[in-house]
Amino acid sequence: MTIEFTLNGKPVSTDDDPATPLLWVVRGSFKLKGSKFGCGMGLCGACTMHIDGAAVKTCILPVASVAGKEITTIEGMGSADNMHPLQQAWVEISVPQCGYCQSGQIMAAASLLKNNPAPTAADVDAGMAGNICRCGCYPRIKQAILNVARLNVAQLKLDEPALAYNASDEVTP
Amino acid sequence: MNTVNISRRKFLKASGILGGGLVIGFSLAGCSSGKLPITLAEGGLIPNAFLQITPDNKIKFYCPRDEMGQGVTTGLGTLIGEELDVEPANLDIIFVGVHSDYNNPEMAVQATGGSSSIKAHYLPLRQTGANTRALLLDAAAKDLAVSRADLTTDNAHVVVDGKYHTYGEFVATAETLVSPEAAPLKTVANFKYIGHEFPRLDAIAKSTGSAEYGIDVDIPGMFHAVVRRSPVAGAKLVSVDKSVAQTMPGVAAVVEISSGVAVVAEKYWQAKMAAAKLNPKWQQVALTKVDSHHVRSDYAQAMKNDQGLVDTEIGDVQLGFAAAIEIVDNEYWAPYLAHAPLEPMNAVVRIENGEADVWSGTQCVGLAQGLVARFSGIPVEQVRSHNCYLGGAFGRRATLTHVIEATELAVATGKTIHLLWSREDDIRHGVYRPASLMNIKAGVDARGNITAWQAKRVGGNITPRSLQNMMPGLFPGLGDGTVDFMVGLTSSTFKGWFVDPTSIEGIYEDYEFDNTRVNHVTVEHEVPLTFWRSVGHSYTAFAKEGIIDELAEKIGMDPVEFRLRNSKNKPRFNHVVRVAGDLMEKMRPAQGRYLGFAAHHSFATDVAEIAEVSIEDNQIRVHKVTCVVDCGIAINPDIIRAQMEGAVMYGLTAALYGNLELKQGAFRQSNFHDYPILRMNEAPAVEVVIIDSNTEPTGVGEPGLPPIAPAVASAVYAATGQRLRSLPLKFS
Repeated sequence: MTIEFTLNGKPVSTDDDPATPLLWVVRGSFKLKGSKFGCGMGLCGACTMHIDGAAVKTCILPVASVAGKEITTIEGMGSADNMHPLQQAWVEISVPQCGYCQSGQIMAAASLLKNNPAPTAADVDAGMAGNICRCGCYPRIKQAILNVARLNVAQLKLDEPALAYNASDEVTP
Repeated sequence: MNTVNISRRKFLKASGILGGGLVIGFSLAGCSSGKLPITLAEGGLIPNAFLQITPDNKIKFYCPRDEMGQGVTTGLGTLIGEELDVEPANLDIIFVGVHSDYNNPEMAVQATGGSSSIKAHYLPLRQTGANTRALLLDAAAKDLAVSRADLTTDNAHVVVDGKYHTYGEFVATAETLVSPEAAPLKTVANFKYIGHEFPRLDAIAKSTGSAEYGIDVDIPGMFHAVVRRSPVAGAKLVSVDKSVAQTMPGVAAVVEISSGVAVVAEKYWQAKMAAAKLNPKWQQVALTKVDSHHVRSDYAQAMKNDQGLVDTEIGDVQLGFAAAIEIVDNEYWAPYLAHAPLEPMNAVVRIENGEADVWSGTQCVGLAQGLVARFSGIPVEQVRSHNCYLGGAFGRRATLTHVIEATELAVATGKTIHLLWSREDDIRHGVYRPASLMNIKAGVDARGNITAWQAKRVGGNITPRSLQNMMPGLFPGLGDGTVDFMVGLTSSTFKGWFVDPTSIEGIYEDYEFDNTRVNHVTVEHEVPLTFWRSVGHSYTAFAKEGIIDELAEKIGMDPVEFRLRNSKNKPRFNHVVRVAGDLMEKMRPAQGRYLGFAAHHSFATDVAEIAEVSIEDNQIRVHKVTCVVDCGIAINPDIIRAQMEGAVMYGLTAALYGNLELKQGAFRQSNFHDYPILRMNEAPAVEVVIIDSNTEPTGVGEPGLPPIAPAVASAVYAATGQRLRSLPLKFS
């Protein structure tokens, strides 16, 4: 059975077992490795992607259920040369430590800001509680999200691919 | 059919120089795959194992330590960039393969841990940078026919009369000159990068999903492996029915290996589904009869009846107790813990034409190399070990049984194997922070001086258990019998002759007593043990600081004042306590919030922490932690802050939730629902104060952890009047 969907703006199809979680199809068959495996039970959020614009934990989501839908992964958010505002904010205050959870954190943050462009700190706590960071980068993740919200960049379409941005403008270490 | 083929950026790097050894590494974008070239594509100047400067002025830094999140690439890049005069962000940083030049100067093996990297490399890497800069200046003076005194440098350029020449212009001449060996180092006042703040060098890769971890390694044609292991450590496979699994889609083989039975399949999910259909039966071993309450009661028995070994004896504690007006005598408990790094264990092993490659994010690339050699029979020189980013480690990635498993499967199947553990595997089949029962009896006189300190710890030993896992790989040339003999010797040595230093480190050293006695009783239940962030300090600080609070209360002295009074001969510790105490005195917590204080010295660094806590519905909630740290000169203050923040969170997870329980020898917990990790909505704000210092740098990754549990316990006492002496902290 072939399942068709849109992955980072491109139409794709897969013959993987329809019960295979989306995470393993994206990582294994489409070789996009930015989304991570952490728990396999939807408890840590390292596998978070956007499905039709909403943040979803994909380690427990059968690929069959995304037929016809639009999937965005961290690779669809921006790249080193063309970072999403959240990615810029992450770099500016050195959010990552080991970095393994950060793709999922950024995908969850983008969804949070889409639904609530001007969150309070408590809103961020509640919205990000599904994503574990074992290194404990929480204060910085929260700060980065609030920084983006304050810049009012949130009114831009955060779930869409990267905005025009010149990394050398702001993020030169 | 898959119709998207997104090419990933790959930055394969290799060189065939350096004393005849093959040096392989990968840039900060991560590790990569494919057949490795052994010629150095870009050439240029290679004055030592750490630097390569190409004619087009690429400055490549071969980073000898492993990046597990502690910021070592940024930190070591800063050290070498400072003296070479290259902005750290301009360095192309490469993870290295195995070579003795990359040994940790503190350990004589190529390992990353013990909060040692900055401390161990502070002078050697700066000297390497300074020597290379001096060599380039010698070459520039010759090429430009000017006096060396007329030359300066600025960010990878030689400057003469205001004119900029790249370092690369002079590499051809530099190759013909002898490198200086003791070029003068900069003074602190002239530092441009050390002590200054800039974003982590790996932040962009880690914020865009392009950082490559071991799990991401993808070799064309590789197969995926999932292993079923005994729920009880050490129990061997008795039987398994492979018939269903073998017929499932994508399955290439079902193979019995030393740790259990594995399914090898084309795709990971196929391997996982088929492995679930195996029905393995396991041996009964001694551990099979052990529940958590047996561990606790065995420890209690030993505490009561067994003196074990004397680790330290100074003065006479009985005289000290006689001189005391108050005595406290209490037991503290800490449970088994898993590290639970977010990236589960994994390894890729390829064996082809009598050579092998292993890819895995490890704290010890040489160990991975040695294990592949031992378990494949391929000479160690023919095994290439490729490091990657580590998705967390905390001590866990120095035990590499997953590399053994992948090697056995590659040998058995002739296929390239990508082996991945599940989270359940990680929690249940790992290596653990030992459980500990600690008793401290201490006396205090009327002036507030501690007169006697008698401590005893009961539990398993970390060192022999870790050696058991490491020696087969560190010494691949030794026969199995020799390794077993040496492991047995270490184990019995720490049971019968000497106390394993990691078992009791930190239980008394921070304060001064005329009369001190420390005993250790080894009681083991065959649970695999290893280093866990801050090692013995992770539990001893909880007991030590708890007893200090109890003593202060007994004589009605302010606990900070009491610590100051009893640590006058530890000036740096004393100063950190004073600075934090002054901060605490100014704090005005809101109604219903309470403060707790603790301090601890570990990994040559002193840290004091103040926790602001409230109790809501019988639950402990930590709102804010203030952390004062003296770690010598701050190489990158922002990374120090990040490590303190992270250590507080890691320590809070242990203080509030961490608890692995044995039932019939197996750990009951399995994933984040029953082994919870602190989440953002539970995380405190953290304020870090770094003591200004120009002394040599000391450890940063671990020392922030030990004070947090006792600081929270202290605040809980202030809030409720209950002394919680068991971890995790909860009300009975």
